[in-house]
Amino acid sequence: MDIKEFKDFSLEDYQKLIKNREISVKELAQLFLQRIENVDPYLHAFLFVNRESILDEAQSLDEQLEKANPEEIPPLFGIPIAIKDNICTQNIPTTCASKILEGFIPPYDATVVSRLKAQGALILGKTNMDEFAMGSSTENSAFGPTRNPFDLNRVPGGSSGGSSACVSALEAPVSLGSDTGGSIRQPAAFCGVVGLRPTYGRVSRFGLVSFASSLDQIGPITRTVKDCVTIFEVISGKDEKDSTCAPYPAFQAQEIPSREEVKKLKVGLPREYFSEGVDSEIIESIQNTIDFLEKEGIKLVEVSLPHTVYALEAYYIVAPSEASSNLARYDGVLYGFRAQEAAELQEMYFKTRTQGFGKEVKRRIILGTYSLSSGYYDEFYLKGMKVRTLVRQDFEKAFEVCDLLLTPVSPCLPFLFGERTQDPYQMYLADVFTIPSAMAGIPALSINCGYARSLPVGLQIIGRPFQEGLLFGLGLLIEEGLALGAPFPEIPLRKENTYE
Amino acid sequence: MSEQTEAFVTIGLEIHCQLLTKSKLFCQCATDYIGKEPNTLICPVCTGLPGSLPVLNAEALKLTIKTALALNCDILPQAVFYRKNYFYPDLPKGYQISQYDLPVGKDGFMEFSFQGKRKRVNIKRVHLEEDAGKLIHEGPDLPSSTSGVDFNRCGIPLVEIVTEPDLSSPEEAREFLNLLRRLVRYIGVSDGNMEEGSLRCDANVSVSLTGQSLGTKVEVKNMNSFRSVYKALKFEVERQREMLLNHQTIEQETRHWDEAKQVTVSARGKEEAEDYRYFPDPDLLPITIDSQLVEEIKNTLSELPLERKERLMVEYELTEGEAEVLTQEKEIADFFEECVKLMPKPQLICNWIVTEVRKNLNMMNQSIDKSKITPQKFVELLKLVEKKEITANIGKEILEEMFKSGLTAKEIIAKKGISMISSEKELEKIVFEVIEKNPQSVADYLSGKEKALHYLIGQVMRATRGQADPEMVKNILVKKLSGED
Ligand SMILES: [Zn+2]
Repeated sequence: MDIKEFKDFSLEDYQKLIKNREISVKELAQLFLQRIENVDPYLHAFLFVNRESILDEAQSLDEQLEKANPEEIPPLFGIPIAIKDNICTQNIPTTCASKILEGFIPPYDATVVSRLKAQGALILGKTNMDEFAMGSSTENSAFGPTRNPFDLNRVPGGSSGGSSACVSALEAPVSLGSDTGGSIRQPAAFCGVVGLRPTYGRVSRFGLVSFASSLDQIGPITRTVKDCVTIFEVISGKDEKDSTCAPYPAFQAQEIPSREEVKKLKVGLPREYFSEGVDSEIIESIQNTIDFLEKEGIKLVEVSLPHTVYALEAYYIVAPSEASSNLARYDGVLYGFRAQEAAELQEMYFKTRTQGFGKEVKRRIILGTYSLSSGYYDEFYLKGMKVRTLVRQDFEKAFEVCDLLLTPVSPCLPFLFGERTQDPYQMYLADVFTIPSAMAGIPALSINCGYARSLPVGLQIIGRPFQEGLLFGLGLLIEEGLALGAPFPEIPLRKENTYE
Repeated sequence: MSEQTEAFVTIGLEIHCQLLTKSKLFCQCATDYIGKEPNTLICPVCTGLPGSLPVLNAEALKLTIKTALALNCDILPQAVFYRKNYFYPDLPKGYQISQYDLPVGKDGFMEFSFQGKRKRVNIKRVHLEEDAGKLIHEGPDLPSSTSGVDFNRCGIPLVEIVTEPDLSSPEEAREFLNLLRRLVRYIGVSDGNMEEGSLRCDANVSVSLTGQSLGTKVEVKNMNSFRSVYKALKFEVERQREMLLNHQTIEQETRHWDEAKQVTVSARGKEEAEDYRYFPDPDLLPITIDSQLVEEIKNTLSELPLERKERLMVEYELTEGEAEVLTQEKEIADFFEECVKLMPKPQLICNWIVTEVRKNLNMMNQSIDKSKITPQKFVELLKLVEKKEITANIGKEILEEMFKSGLTAKEIIAKKGISMISSEKELEKIVFEVIEKNPQSVADYLSGKEKALHYLIGQVMRATRGQADPEMVKNILVKKLSGED
């Protein structure tokens, strides 16, 4: 069987194969393991592949299947899933792509992982990322970067670069990522796949290694909007283990409005997201989509989100502040890496953290420590929080005149390795359109809307809190209307092409 | 050093009490860590493993509100948890979850009488926070020159009570601490056991010679018993006074009480003051404390020790000392009042509780509510004594037996074959026999030798195996010998 045959498969299609015994769970797992073996040396999307135990688990699922009533098989039964390496998986290493957590094996599953497992999903492996989810290119991984399947010289985006690249290259049918300021949507856009940042509090963060607690959300990265719905149904819903998780039930596909209802929606185009700073070819692709929507009878209105320009700066105060505190626990005392040559306690702390963390992580810890220091707290952290409120109010005002917002995901196409690493501010700009909605805690969906210079272009749909259903409704309409199909980038399968 | 120079002392206390919850502040782990193997009461949450998140124990918040109410505090409408960031090996998250500018309660006070005067100590704040772990520097499993960390204590809920610097002597501070300890025990929020670490106290001490301005504040830590608090404060006051008399400058600093040397020693200077970078914990949303909950807790808050002591004095005509003893523990006071309801003899009941009941409780190392004695059983016993069916001495023996077996007085009497010889008729019979057998002593008594009477009483007591009331025996003997009947 050629993996290419699965290019346009949805999770439901895999399910049918399994239910009809056209393929065993084990065979399906083996197919993806084979694909990983073939292309991951080029991509480096995985930090850990669950080779041994996934086959054992698949075998036991096949045995269960023998006895089971096919109608009662849960929707993710036998589906392999790739998990970003900052989401805890029991007995499977979880490193956040950081040297400081190298070898850490959590004794527990994140709530999202246990929910997936309860449905019969299989953990395929842990995906590469920017260290502690800090970055927009996956170049900050302590274990080497991931490459963009569309152009191996380019970045896959970040920080969920591994989770996006592996789904794009069909190394995994679906994956989970995490989004703090755009870490699901931007890499999904760079890799031509679908990514959802859910409403803050709609998915439990228990087991997600915290970067910035008030911003972090776990979300699905998939090949189609439909698959995104399937995963979101399973992972969403309140969780007693996370106090910030909203007392809101799990998402149900019934919440998605019908085609007719979607066409009655009013879609806003925020002026600030279509400024000169955006690559003209990206604007062109989005304009195509807008033209399509108008033809479908959808009403488009121009809106303004005046505090957009400040959102980025406020984000780089709030997120590092929380990070500086969240990352204090990596001190070499209880687990993970510890510098060996220290003579006394203070020195052990200094050396462990100096050697264990990468440059970008240290940069943000220092930024955050500074912002929270007495004397600077009011000037930085508190002001950042005030801007955050203004950004949220911008969205509330916009949603008085429209139901959804449509924007580019990123102002740029996937860039070359090293292109932005020397200038952190240039790198931070890659998230300028994903940060405001993250700051506001509202849901946003990233889907592919075309190609420019043979690279994918992402489109973002932003909605009101807990209205993921509307995002999916519009997303499905666009996906079908543009008929681009799921990606299957050509990846050279010859060893001499390894880009190491 | 001139003795006549008076020093004006101001002392403020910061008291941490372990709250009586079954589970820790942010996870389900048990709180009874005393005597447990290190690191046996831990989970990913209280050890701050990556990905773990805190979930507030609502009971701990209720107990904090209760404490704040008992200290007459205003309850703030929102509980906000902050992170206090610092590095230490016993702090697994690198921060402690505590409260900062929005405590549960603020602006309260506690009143008490000290040396005959009524004293009021203002309470600055009452807040909730988690405890840290403990470093262990030696042990059987520990290689030499290494240290271990026991995380069992991590996440234990503590209520912190901060007073204004309203205490003006070490004696007064000791008295306040004693009463505060009694209060938290009394309202059931903490067992207040300082020696086991469930009550800890830091102090701010400043001394001034003029009384015009407050002296420099020195923080004293590491006092782990009531005795050491008192001694450390005494030492520190004297140290500062002498320095002032010698025109030396007192530095603002933190000092530790060295128990072995009985001195305070400088811990660190002001210049090294830590910046804790407090900010609201984004893993815990602010919690609304609605007024209904506060009302409910207020209703569960029984009369406080001081009020109760005063009421007992008035209502039952007890002395201050007696009322004091009865209100040391709520359970004792409750027991007393239950008994009075069953038998309206408060003085008798009080006497027995203050002496015999407490003696037995101490012996058994028990609290009254955990003992086998109920007010019903106790009153039944007292009624037997009251009716002179048994003597007080026998009553005491029976009480001891009741504490051990839980049987009623009558069951014990039946079982032990204690005859109720105190009934007058029976005693008369024995007295008559003794008179018959001891004609010489009778003659001696009748000829005016008082001593002979004591001998005869002794004989009766012997014949009754000590079960008679000596007073009654004497009366009967005198009556018989004088030929009154
Ligand atoms: Zn715990």
